[in-house]
Amino acid sequence: MAKITLNLISGRTIHQGVAMEGGKEKDLYRKACGIIEMDDSDFKKLGCWKNTNVRVTSKYGTVIVKAQETSQGPHPGVGFIPMGPWANQIVNPNTYSTGMPTFKGTPVEVEVAMNEPILLGVELVQKACRGEV
Amino acid sequence: MTKTVTDVVCPFCGTLCDDLEVAVTDDGKQILDVYNACAIGAEKFLHSQAKDRITRPRFQQPDGTWKETSYDEAADYTAKMLAGAKKPLMYGWSSTNCEAQSMGHEIAEMCGACVDNTAAVCHGTTLIAVQDIGLPTCTLGEVKNRADTIIFWGCNPCHAHPRHMSRYSIFPRGFFTGKGHKSRKLVVVDPRVTDTAKMADIHLQVTQGQDYELLNAFRVAFKGEWLPDVVAGIPKEKIIEAANIMKAGRFGIIFFGMGVTQSLGKNHNIDEAIAVTKDLNEYTKFSIMPMRGHYNVTGSGEVLAWQFGYPYSVDLTRGFPRYNPGDTSSIDLLTRGEIDAAFVIGSDPGAHFPISAVKKIAQVNSVCIDPHITPTSGVSKLHVPVAFVGVETGGNAYRMDNVPIDCRKVVEPPEGMLTDEEFLTMVRDRVKKLKGVA
Repeated sequence: MAKITLNLISGRTIHQGVAMEGGKEKDLYRKACGIIEMDDSDFKKLGCWKNTNVRVTSKYGTVIVKAQETSQGPHPGVGFIPMGPWANQIVNPNTYSTGMPTFKGTPVEVEVAMNEPILLGVELVQKACRGEV
Repeated sequence: MTKTVTDVVCPFCGTLCDDLEVAVTDDGKQILDVYNACAIGAEKFLHSQAKDRITRPRFQQPDGTWKETSYDEAADYTAKMLAGAKKPLMYGWSSTNCEAQSMGHEIAEMCGACVDNTAAVCHGTTLIAVQDIGLPTCTLGEVKNRADTIIFWGCNPCHAHPRHMSRYSIFPRGFFTGKGHKSRKLVVVDPRVTDTAKMADIHLQVTQGQDYELLNAFRVAFKGEWLPDVVAGIPKEKIIEAANIMKAGRFGIIFFGMGVTQSLGKNHNIDEAIAVTKDLNEYTKFSIMPMRGHYNVTGSGEVLAWQFGYPYSVDLTRGFPRYNPGDTSSIDLLTRGEIDAAFVIGSDPGAHFPISAVKKIAQVNSVCIDPHITPTSGVSKLHVPVAFVGVETGGNAYRMDNVPIDCRKVVEPPEGMLTDEEFLTMVRDRVKKLKGVA
């Protein structure tokens, strides 16, 4: 199966904000943040349908999210995961002596993971802390 | 029958909108509807009414289940944890009021804690840059009344500060800006075509991570010096066009966000953005302002600065305040494994810290003070739910332009629930006894 390399950035979306205030343990939060927004051209390179579960992997970790067509594009070569536990499994935690992790600009690989589940927000962090994902 | 509470302050983002109206039941116990707020602000008020809300402190058992406890026992545990730790981290503070922050700092000083707020993952690098070269800034009222050139650099207010543009920066008709958005020029710099960028007169789709180069190119363009054909993915003609728009305005402002503070370059990106502002003041009046995220992250910086001298990442372990981001900042303290107790209030590092830092919180004794169930509460030993500041209790908060605004209490919290300040006062009194402080 094809793999593509993207430059990952994270950030706020209004859906992320609403879902966060509505409860981070709920399914709406997973729907808002357990996604990666990709450009149409990157979907073609990956060779998968929109709304397919994908595994996103960086040198810092790996996570399963749903690949969605970007709502704020085009941005070929750039992947966007809304800020939250899913993005934070794979962002570059190095602060380079500034105190600030490098939340934007992490090289990641994306591959199709159609049958793997996307975890709920609280569950994902709990499992990651127990070393179960 | 219902009654309407007017002039309510929204406790979500740094815009701190103060024109909300909230319909409540006659007995003042339940919120029925919220007017004038953005989708996020309205959800914050309405979710406080959730039937499944946690209303009592609870300890997490080794098998992952929860056992309810009293506020007294929760305060005992918190005080013992903080007083007994060698290097406790007290993180968060941005979604609570200044009164609670001040009380928390008293505890931190007695316990020799590291105190940090959410600027650590937000505008911390901005604060470093401001200490480097200063900040020519203004209030949002001045923006509304005077600004005719608006730059959004690495920020997306359509999503993150939904009413910023309608209240202050683009649409309102101010004293000298009578035509509203028709008299304003909007330049957006963002690697994505964001919903904010779609509204712009000029969108510069910068190559991600090359903001410093583009800012530097602007400084060259202002002076009319030589530029390469393309800088950071932007053709020089477009840079010169945008530079001329900036120079031609009567009053301009750069609003900047996480796109510059979190990308490589970090504080140096902001250094350069402030230098661009300084250069523009050779031609016209220009200001710059960080788009602060949490509604009271600015207040936390203010309170920390007036009490300890530094706006975030304050280390009190030696009995006096030290500040050295990269050394005393939460992410670095956690990833180096230096923390032996974690106290989190008014924020959610479990969701918003890189997972390598969150794992360290899960490994030590930890208390999470938050009205919601969050990933942080999910990995903490003790979860203390409290009343929502700005909904169920008042208190002071600072808007992103450093203007203090008193939040309003709209409804009563569920019976028996404490506020952040009340719970921290209980902890403070216990820590005093444990430490033998008079």
